[in-house]
Amino acid sequence: MAQRAIREYDGKAIFAKHWNDYFSGFHYSFKSVLVTSADELREKAKEHGFEWLNQEPLVAKPDMLFGKRGKNDLVLFKVEKPGDVTLEDAAKWIEEKQSHEVTLLTGQKGMLTHFIVEPFTPHTQEQEYYISATVVDNDDVLYMSAEGGMEVEEGWEEKVNEVRIPINMSDEEMERAVRANVPAGIPDEAKERFGSFAIQFFKFYRDLNFAYLEINPIVMIGNDMHILDLVARLDDTAGFMMKEKWGDIEFPTPFGMEDMSPEEKAIAEADAKSGASLKLTILNPEGRIWTMVAGGGASVVYADTIADLAGVKDLANYGEYSGGPTESETQFYAETIFDLMTRYEDPRGKILIIGGAIANFTDVAKTFTGIIKALDKYADKLKEHKTKIYVRRGGPNYEKGLKDIKDAAERLGLYMEVYGPDTHVTDIVRMALEK
Amino acid sequence: MSSRLFTKDTQAIFWNNNKSAIQRMLDYDYVIGREKPSVAAIVAPTSSNKFEKFFYGPDEIMVPLYRNTADAVSEHKSADVLLNFASFRTAYDVSMEAINMGDQFKTIMVTAEGIPERLARKMNQAAKDNGILIIGPATVGAITPGAFKIANIGGTIENIINSKLHRAGSAGLVTRSGGLFNELCNIISLNADGVAEGVAIGGDRFVGSVFIDHLLRMEENPDVKYMILLGEVGGTEEYKVIEAVKSGKIKKPVIAWCIGTIAKHFSSGVQFGHAGASANAERETAEAKNAAMREAGIHVPNSFNDLPALINQVYTDLRKEGVITEIEEPEVRSIPKNRKPKNFICTISDDRGEEATYAGFPISSVATPDTGKGIGDVISLLWFKKQYPKWATDFIETVLKTVADHGPAVSGAHNAKVTARAGKSVVECLVTGLLTIGPRFGGAIDGAAKYFKYANDNNMTPQEFLAYMKKEGIPIPGIGHRIKSLRNPDKRVEGLKKFANEYFPSTSLLDYALTVEQLTTSKKDNLILNVDGTIGILMVDMWRALGYTEEEIDEFIESGTLNSFFILGRTIGFIGHVLDEKRLAMPMYRHPMDDILYDVQPAEKIQ
Repeated sequence: MAQRAIREYDGKAIFAKHWNDYFSGFHYSFKSVLVTSADELREKAKEHGFEWLNQEPLVAKPDMLFGKRGKNDLVLFKVEKPGDVTLEDAAKWIEEKQSHEVTLLTGQKGMLTHFIVEPFTPHTQEQEYYISATVVDNDDVLYMSAEGGMEVEEGWEEKVNEVRIPINMSDEEMERAVRANVPAGIPDEAKERFGSFAIQFFKFYRDLNFAYLEINPIVMIGNDMHILDLVARLDDTAGFMMKEKWGDIEFPTPFGMEDMSPEEKAIAEADAKSGASLKLTILNPEGRIWTMVAGGGASVVYADTIADLAGVKDLANYGEYSGGPTESETQFYAETIFDLMTRYEDPRGKILIIGGAIANFTDVAKTFTGIIKALDKYADKLKEHKTKIYVRRGGPNYEKGLKDIKDAAERLGLYMEVYGPDTHVTDIVRMALEK
Repeated sequence: MSSRLFTKDTQAIFWNNNKSAIQRMLDYDYVIGREKPSVAAIVAPTSSNKFEKFFYGPDEIMVPLYRNTADAVSEHKSADVLLNFASFRTAYDVSMEAINMGDQFKTIMVTAEGIPERLARKMNQAAKDNGILIIGPATVGAITPGAFKIANIGGTIENIINSKLHRAGSAGLVTRSGGLFNELCNIISLNADGVAEGVAIGGDRFVGSVFIDHLLRMEENPDVKYMILLGEVGGTEEYKVIEAVKSGKIKKPVIAWCIGTIAKHFSSGVQFGHAGASANAERETAEAKNAAMREAGIHVPNSFNDLPALINQVYTDLRKEGVITEIEEPEVRSIPKNRKPKNFICTISDDRGEEATYAGFPISSVATPDTGKGIGDVISLLWFKKQYPKWATDFIETVLKTVADHGPAVSGAHNAKVTARAGKSVVECLVTGLLTIGPRFGGAIDGAAKYFKYANDNNMTPQEFLAYMKKEGIPIPGIGHRIKSLRNPDKRVEGLKKFANEYFPSTSLLDYALTVEQLTTSKKDNLILNVDGTIGILMVDMWRALGYTEEEIDEFIESGTLNSFFILGRTIGFIGHVLDEKRLAMPMYRHPMDDILYDVQPAEKIQ
């Protein structure tokens, strides 16, 4: 993972935190709260500094990484007419939205858990603009449009000006390029100001290691900037340099994507603690073919081959372990998979693929000792589910590893076929399916 | 850049002392019979060692260790590959420093996974601007079979030989994945004649060189007869290859496959494989890329499982056409199964041959008068592993003679004499005397060299030097004599100065010291440059004239080399005093009580 989405609220908080360092000449009053319930909102309104929740008309919307909230009818900005939403209206609306599952136009389903509540900003359509930045190929690209709002995708080509900013472009050149591309549709009196803002926006995006940053719309009233809607992704590989600047940032699971299962979570936690790599995604918990594959590339090839030869429905999981995991890490990983694969019955029996390419530096015998320990523990269950195990691996110390696992299978009475580098890496999938 | 990535002469600087990876490289070097080890030097920022031992076949060699890249480069100008094994936190800085060294490095390989994307892009761009090839980040590297291999690529030496990576084959191989690189090499060895050049470009989103960079070079490389590309779902790099094939820039046959066809079955939530592997658009899917490549005339199998057969088919056709000819299998040197690291290292003498040698010279070639060699020559061989010119060995002998003795009253000689009178053996008496040598006895030679050199190196005027020493609270070592003065000069000093003026190519530090002496003697007549000072200072001048760097001379001073001349010379005198005592058979010595001030108070009781 490199680019990870953050909440609109957190994105705005980062803006606010660094506003004075980046946006000289412009003003932004960060009035936003993030709440998980109506009561939390009501409580918040009693706190010092949040009096505006009682004093100003409000806007409320879910803050859960999905877009097109307007089209999904998930933005509260009016009861009777725009700008008449009170605190209690917002709280009631949140209560209502949380009382049932929500289905988006895209088909994603789920419960709403996080809401952002802000003051309503009266403004005209003409004061709404669009600005965003991201990386395309190897360059940063800044997008600007005189038309903000949700319609921007329609007619992108005509309405949006693009400025390509190669990584080695000087600030002077960048500033010149941005100013030269301020959209024609912006009123003349505002062009200069918008250009200045766009330049500072780009520097902010760049220095804070955003991978994607979009404000749509941004409302410019004189020198007052109102960030009405914001989408942001951070380059999380820069996290170690940005601890101070990002603050304690959360990377939530996207809406509609089911939360990770406890098993996936446990593997992800083990992965975070380890120098090695441990990944697990359950694709179909009732699937017949389970894989325990070493290496990022090999794991993809096995998944490809299983989908080709058996069909994607039979593929139960995707995952990989690599980078020299310890014996106990491998054992934990194997036990997790063995446990998952012995939960549902399949009349045809189960297939377990212990696969991998020829390792560069991982000691095969060492990682196999972890798998063998897990086999010891789960042998009876695996037999109950008529599991056929196919092993293929090469690399440092592979002869010993293969022999050890074969011996263990014989001792435990498990069905197992074992192959080394002479056999094509994915050929065991074919063999397993032909049985 | 040459069309060949590496040759048998390519040498690398390895950043980070990753012992197992370096050992793999040296094992490979031995197996393929390289003359020079492929790792010229190691940069280990936190190590204070000067070298690391590695096996080279059954023997061991020492690979020099440096604290930073600049030092390594200054000693190993011909090493034009940097293997950057720094962590994701520092890999960028290490690469940038190397890139800014101009034309030192042709290739930089970066192994770290997860370098911040913006930094990776900056690094890649800076390398490109300077004509440097970056392989990685997040890669196991590259190999030119039979010539040079980076770190762990290819795996164990057994696998390397099984996969025929110890000698050049005909295929050019480029993959994203490092694990599958190995696998492909194995497939190519089983179904064709092996690899001529192979690169794993790395799994991060922004890598310094992409498929097309390597394939265009391989197109020019006469050793490569056909090319194999293993791509991945995500990104559009494969389309550049398609363009090059369509436009005729690439004419050699290309076999290609993109892995990750599975991704089409799942929405964007599942991350398959590497960070770079995620399709943002239809044309980035594995299917679309495989179809487009097939359409462009690239050999594309129906699945990864069919790849071996396709490689075999293309290879067989090229054999039939005569493009590829039979490869003669070379002799392979084998690595002994059990190797024991040596506990001791000796770099000065060797007693294993017919006759023992001093730094390569048989003892008989330096021992007798007809060889024309003196003890100064023997010292230059055994202490410095060099053949010093005559003026220098003469100077060394002059020093030894000058410091040989200074009468019975000095503390070392006195100790030796007292011990001899206690009936101890020659060696016991001698070490008693020698153990007195240190900062206060004989130390002025060391001290003079150290402080005068420091002042001279920092361009201090004599006034500044005096002020500096006063601030440090140290009397200037090598200045001052009990009775000698300008008007009554020390003959030993006169002799040394005369010799130096006549035979030394230059005496820069002595010249400086004499300006200091002018100042000190103007304050007090006996504050002259004494014999210890003169020796220490002239030793520095000798080493400067012999071409040692200031750092090397500082190291000599730090390690106590100057002291060693005093120890060696004065040993002659001590032995003289001990033998003198033995001859005289003087009784046990007891110091007269009237020469001791007794001032003993009753001990205080502490509650």
